[in-house]
Amino acid sequence: MAEKRIIVVGGGLSGLMATMKAAEKGVKVDLFSLCPVKRSHSVCAQGGINAALDTKGDNDSTWEHFDDTIYGGDFLANQTPVKEMCDKAPGLIYTMDRMGVMFSRTPEGLLDLRLFGGVKYPRTAFAGATTGQQLLYACDEQVRKWEDAGMVKKYEEWEFLSAVIDDDGVCRGIVAQDLATMEISTFAADAVLLATGGAGMIYGRSTNSIINTGSAAGAVYQQGVSYANGEFVQIHPTAMPGDDKNRLMSESARGEGGRVWTYKDGKPWYFLEEWYPAYGNLVPRDIAARAIFKVCVEMGLGIDGENKVYLDLSHKDSDFLNIRLGGIMEIYEKFHGDDPRKVPMKIFPSVHYFMGGIHVDYKHQTAVPGLFASGECDYMYHGANRLGANSLLSALYSGTVSGPAIVEYINGLDKSAKEVDKKHFEQELKRQQEWNDKIIKMDGSENPYKLHQEMGDIMTENVTVVRYNDKLQQTDEKLQELQERWHNINIQDASAWGNQGLMFTKQLWNMMQLARVITIGALNRDESRGAHYKPDFPNRNDDEWMKTTKAKYTPDGPVFEYEEIDNQWIKPRPRKYDVDKGASKNE
Amino acid sequence: MSREFIHLKVKRQDTAETSAYWEEFKIPYKPNMNVVSVLMELRKNPVNVEGRKTNPVVWECNCLEEVCGACSMRINGMPRQACSALIDKIEKSPIVLEPLHKFPVIRDLKVDRQVMFDYLRKITGWVNIDGSWELGRGPRFPEKDRQWAYQLSRCMTCGCCLESCPNYSERSPFIGPQAINQVRLFNAHPIGQMDREKRLDAIMGVGGITDCGNAQNCARACPKEIPLTVSIADLNKDTTLYGMKRWLYK
Repeated sequence: MAEKRIIVVGGGLSGLMATMKAAEKGVKVDLFSLCPVKRSHSVCAQGGINAALDTKGDNDSTWEHFDDTIYGGDFLANQTPVKEMCDKAPGLIYTMDRMGVMFSRTPEGLLDLRLFGGVKYPRTAFAGATTGQQLLYACDEQVRKWEDAGMVKKYEEWEFLSAVIDDDGVCRGIVAQDLATMEISTFAADAVLLATGGAGMIYGRSTNSIINTGSAAGAVYQQGVSYANGEFVQIHPTAMPGDDKNRLMSESARGEGGRVWTYKDGKPWYFLEEWYPAYGNLVPRDIAARAIFKVCVEMGLGIDGENKVYLDLSHKDSDFLNIRLGGIMEIYEKFHGDDPRKVPMKIFPSVHYFMGGIHVDYKHQTAVPGLFASGECDYMYHGANRLGANSLLSALYSGTVSGPAIVEYINGLDKSAKEVDKKHFEQELKRQQEWNDKIIKMDGSENPYKLHQEMGDIMTENVTVVRYNDKLQQTDEKLQELQERWHNINIQDASAWGNQGLMFTKQLWNMMQLARVITIGALNRDESRGAHYKPDFPNRNDDEWMKTTKAKYTPDGPVFEYEEIDNQWIKPRPRKYDVDKGASKNE
Repeated sequence: MSREFIHLKVKRQDTAETSAYWEEFKIPYKPNMNVVSVLMELRKNPVNVEGRKTNPVVWECNCLEEVCGACSMRINGMPRQACSALIDKIEKSPIVLEPLHKFPVIRDLKVDRQVMFDYLRKITGWVNIDGSWELGRGPRFPEKDRQWAYQLSRCMTCGCCLESCPNYSERSPFIGPQAINQVRLFNAHPIGQMDREKRLDAIMGVGGITDCGNAQNCARACPKEIPLTVSIADLNKDTTLYGMKRWLYK
């Protein structure tokens, strides 16, 4: 067999970790990214990364971390991979520490830990309030070392368009487009990993980066890969609403003592502390987002009658805040103008994270052999609601699974991608070339950015914190109308060089496909579980709905099937945060 | 300052090879905008001041909260991040947008900063661990040192320091403050310092630390307020001592 070569699409934490793991095993990697990998969205994660290091005398354990994660996810996640992740977390953090991550330290130079939502012990390692950036930089540096050694070739400023799948249904490479020259090319590989992150752009404004369109996931979904648990979208309770995006104000603000309040009867009202005495301000995100939504939208008690409440750190010492939370202090001050060390921040919930994603097995392989997915673009570790500081963990950890799994897979292959009939590559290239030619000629009357705004507005209105079936139905009808109107776009810019509008129009199409998956998935699921909340069906219904949603593409819209869940470790129990969660036993 | 329109003057360039030209725009004003959100509005109706339809302006941006480093450009002559350039705080009109001067233009405001990543390779910009497998707890590190090293590690490779440095240009071999700062960072780490001499070698000689003319523009231009001049001064000392030692024990 010829030289082994794989493709990794996406240079965030998961993609870079998988790249590192493959290179260590002697497998060459072609690494594709929309942007220089150092600018990937992982940089935006702030508060920290969870691991039961138990360095604070709390008798914390990986089992407790596992139980918190399953309970926090409202018993939707398959339990075995979550257990593995929590078991491996301490070792992974120590490895990142060896790579030079500037984690905050205790007085004796060990990794410091802080509190986060939905837990009782400090379990979150952190580097100020820019933990994601620091972890990404460490991975970027290690991959640069492999690049220097000739094991990694970067294709930065290239966009993934589709997978090349042969007649046997095996993935043999990708089609990608150079974002400067606009040239579309095929690349052969023994296996392909998608590590392409979340899809916040479907909602217009979110805490995500502009590049988080979910377009790559949408593309392989249309090629037959299932999309799982799409309806589970995390709304982060504390973000700074903005015109261009909503800027995250980390949960670590509450972990370090921040309090959420608004005025009631002329006096400060700490509603989270009143409603959830056991966890207070540190209830999980779905609970906190719903509470803030209730206070503002239903009770009309937002500050100055607007949809905003206070996140208050002004009682804490400024030096303490600068050291522990400097990154978010700076963002709030720069973008809002007020100094959060002196006055409370004004915040409102925002779309933040996709618990759902590409359906994969425990080795992160999709139903298409040779096509893998890991990181936020997969669906694996968070169930119906993700706990804070578990995303950096799942991003990194999933890369430590997908990377070696791909190596194992290609070692078992009987022919290399180079030996595959060229016609498969030519066919897929032709399909993408024709799609490109169609779009570049579109001279209708719609503006793609305005269509995107319309989609984002209706998704934000109806498919976020509170969901009603009639509204979801209307949203799906609107999405179909938007898809029709997409064909009437005017491309504005027909140039064959650095054409961002052309790429955006392609991404928009893929976003529209996933928007329907999310909306109809929510419409179908008549229960409330984690981030998915329907006032008309306020309870969790394990008998009917403790199942993974799997959406499959058809030209007439998604069709759904539901898969049983692996809950062999922890017996499902009701989830409440007004009292202690109680413990499951590690038997 | 109250304004009805935001008047933009943008230096445009259609391809890497063609010549640059100016185009002006008027975008309806809304409160709390920044340069990125103005460019986003413009895409929804790409018409210039003469009322002529034109291609939307091309620029680079990702995170919009000043942690990714993508959206560097010259705004009224100053290199900075477009996302944190708040319109309400810019008095001057028109607001002049240009691509960074010291990097090749790809299109309009988008430039190619690959050279900065190449320099990170040149200085061995990583901690040379044996492998990513588990080896137990990492080295202890004093919190007081961690605090200043963390400041250095927040460099986003945005290019503002190189843009403002009189000793750096596309044709000069100077690796610039960002790469020198990273040498200091990796040399501070308990494992990273095992390759200390290799990194010092990389910044001694042509294009190295002695090419710094001490203009100190870099530290003023850095959006993350990284003490770049302190890093340069610190490594001046290290390279001098190391140079003497290298000469004595050759």
